Amino acid sequence: MGLVIIGVLGELFLTAGVLVLLFLGWQLWLNDIIVGNEQRDAALEFSESLSRDAPEKPSDDEPAGPDEPETPTEPDAPVSTVAPVENQAFATIFVPRFGADYARKIAEGVSLPKILNRPELGVGHYPGTQLPGEVGNFALAAHRTTWGKPFAEIGELQLGDKIYVQTVDGWYTYTFRNLEYVMPTEVEVIAPVPQAPEIEASERFITLTSCNPRFSAAERIIAYGVLESWQPASEGMPAELAALWEGTA
Amino acid sequence: MYAALWRMLPGPLWLRILLAIIIVAAVLAALVLWVFPWVSTFIEAPEVTVE
Repeated sequence: MGLVIIGVLGELFLTAGVLVLLFLGWQLWLNDIIVGNEQRDAALEFSESLSRDAPEKPSDDEPAGPDEPETPTEPDAPVSTVAPVENQAFATIFVPRFGADYARKIAEGVSLPKILNRPELGVGHYPGTQLPGEVGNFALAAHRTTWGKPFAEIGELQLGDKIYVQTVDGWYTYTFRNLEYVMPTEVEVIAPVPQAPEIEASERFITLTSCNPRFSAAERIIAYGVLESWQPASEGMPAELAALWEGTA
Repeated sequence: MYAALWRMLPGPLWLRILLAIIIVAAVLAALVLWVFPWVSTFIEAPEVTVE
């Protein structure tokens, strides 16, 4: 009788161990694939709806006209008319370094339950920071591990990598500059001029924040970029990004 | 325990194997669809924001 009890107990322990391993496999691998795909599909759908809802022609009296010279270092005043509503998506983000078919929605706010942990969203915009294309800092947050891990590969970004942001107004192309590792309390990283809150901004930055090291909340990893160019929605997706998408389709 | 469960399965060997596979698959599906998502609500993901 005692042997039977010990045998059953042993089997229960083994079962518990297997369940824990299965859960880890689900949490760290399977669920990221499932949620990641959901986030991407939702973003692509949203991206299409953004293009559809785009204003016909941003303005008919643009001073420079359509055939102005290419000036990639000095973007000509990007238009920004979006008025984000809390916890709702207002933009999409494409980062080829995160995968040729990478796409995520950007929602207003950085709430874990309402945005960052959701299979249809994933990336949040810090309320109070600037909007895409505005002078100042367009600051975003997302998970680096679990919940579809939108910023899983933030540490792999390399100088010159493109970060594309799409709103109903058009496409904003940012260029990645550098990474930084800070303590969680360093809110200066999302200041209009990152790490220099006392300076008035004259450039258009993008800042991505996530956790560091991976699976830990001890520090934050920060990725900075600057706006390189802008094009209205009527011109469609930036050619470079469109070419990438052709390849994945 | 598992030996007793195995003996409870009816029919010839091939049917028992088939039933066992179906039961295991059903348990795995239930885990992935309901149990694991529920458990994960108790596990805090690392914070990603500065504040």
